[in-house]
Amino acid sequence: LSGSPALRLPDRNSASPRRSPSPSQPPMARRSAPLLRRLVSSAPPLPGHGGGARRTVTYMPRPGDGTPRPVTLIPGDGIGPLVTGAVEQVMEAMHAPVYFESYDVHGDMPAVPPAVIESIRRNKVCLKGGLATPVGGGVSSLNMQLRKELDLFASLVNCANVPGLPTRHQNVDIVVIRENTEGEYSGLEHEVVPGVVESLKVITKFCSERIAKYAFEYAYLNYRKKVTAVHKANIMKLADGLFLESCREIAAKYPSIEYNEIIVDNCCMQLVSRPEQFDVMVTPNLYGNLVANTAAGLVGGTGVMPGGNVGQDHAIFEQGASAGNVGNDNLVEQQKANPVALLLSSAMMLRHLQFPSFADRLETAVKRVIADGKYRTKDLGGTSTTQEVTDAVIANLD
Amino acid sequence: DTTRESPSSEWWRGDMALRRLLQGIVLPRTTGRHVGASFSTEAGETIRATLFPGDGIGPEIAESVKQVFNVAGVPIEWEEHYVGTEVDPRTESFLTWESLESVRRNKVGLKGPMATPIGKGHRSLNLTLRKELGLYANVRPCNSLPGYKTRYDDVNLVTIRENTEGEYSGLEHQVVRGVVESLKIITRQASLRVAEYAFHYAKANGRERVSAIHKANIMRKTDGLFLKCCREVAEKYPEITYEEVIIDNCCMTLVKNPGTFDVLVMPNLYGDIISDLCAGLIGGLGLTPSCNIGEGGICLAEAVHGSAPDISGKNLANPTALMLSAVMMLRHLQFNDQADRIHNAILQTIAEGKYRTADLGGKSSTSDYTKAVCDHI
Repeated sequence: LSGSPALRLPDRNSASPRRSPSPSQPPMARRSAPLLRRLVSSAPPLPGHGGGARRTVTYMPRPGDGTPRPVTLIPGDGIGPLVTGAVEQVMEAMHAPVYFESYDVHGDMPAVPPAVIESIRRNKVCLKGGLATPVGGGVSSLNMQLRKELDLFASLVNCANVPGLPTRHQNVDIVVIRENTEGEYSGLEHEVVPGVVESLKVITKFCSERIAKYAFEYAYLNYRKKVTAVHKANIMKLADGLFLESCREIAAKYPSIEYNEIIVDNCCMQLVSRPEQFDVMVTPNLYGNLVANTAAGLVGGTGVMPGGNVGQDHAIFEQGASAGNVGNDNLVEQQKANPVALLLSSAMMLRHLQFPSFADRLETAVKRVIADGKYRTKDLGGTSTTQEVTDAVIANLD
Repeated sequence: DTTRESPSSEWWRGDMALRRLLQGIVLPRTTGRHVGASFSTEAGETIRATLFPGDGIGPEIAESVKQVFNVAGVPIEWEEHYVGTEVDPRTESFLTWESLESVRRNKVGLKGPMATPIGKGHRSLNLTLRKELGLYANVRPCNSLPGYKTRYDDVNLVTIRENTEGEYSGLEHQVVRGVVESLKIITRQASLRVAEYAFHYAKANGRERVSAIHKANIMRKTDGLFLKCCREVAEKYPEITYEEVIIDNCCMTLVKNPGTFDVLVMPNLYGDIISDLCAGLIGGLGLTPSCNIGEGGICLAEAVHGSAPDISGKNLANPTALMLSAVMMLRHLQFNDQADRIHNAILQTIAEGKYRTADLGGKSSTSDYTKAVCDHI
């Protein structure tokens, strides 16, 4: 009895079953507990079962909530169509109550077509692949344009260790909330005299306040303990000073959430040596870009981290890290882009649309595939193609 | 000074000539002095160098460096200067005019950690040094120390950061209540200067690739100008590979695979962040050397960590950063033989693990560690 693996129920909270019972339990309990549990449970859990897709909390929808919701889909450039295709396949397989209105947008277009903006305003939710922003000049970034037009002022990237994926750092669970509309990315530049160029960094109290409010609200709603503001106010006293002032004001209203501030260069140094110390980070635009990409790189890279942009009325979900989200020609040719990031973002989207059980099923399936380790794309150390990973996810859906 | 290699812009030559005239410097050597300086000495001649021991642990670690240099037989004579106790009106800071003149005269210096006094009416010490000496490039070689394990083992890169303009111009103002503007300034002249130094450094140190880090897809004109200048200089060095990397990709690649980078050249803000990130990769500021290059070939090596007042005077400080910076200074002076011997001695001491200071997880005192390094030379 004691030797057979079937008796030892795996710990529900770990990705892999533990071989021996907890050493902190007294000897009597060790012998009787597994026996008791076996008698009580109805069936052994599935192998490699992570957190359990069965929700223990009853969710009561309103009548009619199950009507399929339209979601704008922008495949984008490079590997975008590949990964959004993967999402579409998985959604179909799950029979999720969403349907996609697909629009063709490319990074070298002069502006986002008004039809697309119309559609997003109507549907309120959008899923997007990467849009390439040409370097140098000529075309303004379409990503920025979308964010400004729809006033998506908060960008969120969730960087956490995925169980089963070996990385250099463990116990990382950071959410980077970045102000998305102003700061260094205002696009206000001009040449003063030939050879001298000025760029304006604009910080306003209004934007700083609302991003700070969003960050603390996020921490409160998601039971996070600490919010860290990232800044460079020792040099840019007025600009980042204003940002910090807003953060401090809002922090005073959430006494149960710990608040601290860190200078951006020290922050990056701490991120590569001890990322466990960070929880939620709120940053202005440019630093947020750097910090989000650094944090995403710590736990697996662009291919794995979900994220999104949210505003008062609309939300756009995309891959969390902006580095390499368009990929390169090699990836497109060999079809080896990693769909995991966009799949996890679409799970976030399903929760946003208030379909939590679909979101849970999708996330569980994705996590199982990664934990298994058989189907991994190149950036995670494997050799699978996008389609193989997608099929594996579909196969793993409950 | 006709044997100097002249950079592309006209202003440089004129500027240098004017400065010489105004400062009345008499060149003791006939060999040319150009960007990145090549000091050549006749045998037996000592070079004078300025030493700022600094505050806190500064004096102790400066002692260590002096000891190591003596054992290695480096022909350097130190001119020690300390931060004053009152503001010198000629420099508007606690650093006296004499200290700065000393660096200008010697062209080479070593600086320990300095604690900036709080208050008004004076400039910060670092700002003073930077402005008065025209320090335009900050160079930090980041190499994984064999034997001191961090999560990254294959780091071998150099960050070169533009130090005078960019986002740190300090020009900010409140437009209306609640709206603040901060100016980021990029000039052709400063960008060319740092790019020139970066390629020169790469060539002089046998590096194969220079990567310019930017965000020119969003900040087109400013970072675009920086890139243009880098490209111009790259054309003059066809044997060195040149590439441009967007800062998002750079950060991601640095934390996933830092071995792919060689020399990084960047404007001020990105440079600040990336150089600290790279320092974090190899074990922190206590192990990172740094060197500032100024107008006229001035090289001011410095330790970038703090003055650690809590352990000052207790013989517990780690002198590695200052020692490695001093090695950089030696290489700049082209004392390559001694530089290599001292560098290897430091690496060996840390690799062996018997003598390590507290911050590296050991129990040795500063003096024990220094003695171990001297023994290894």
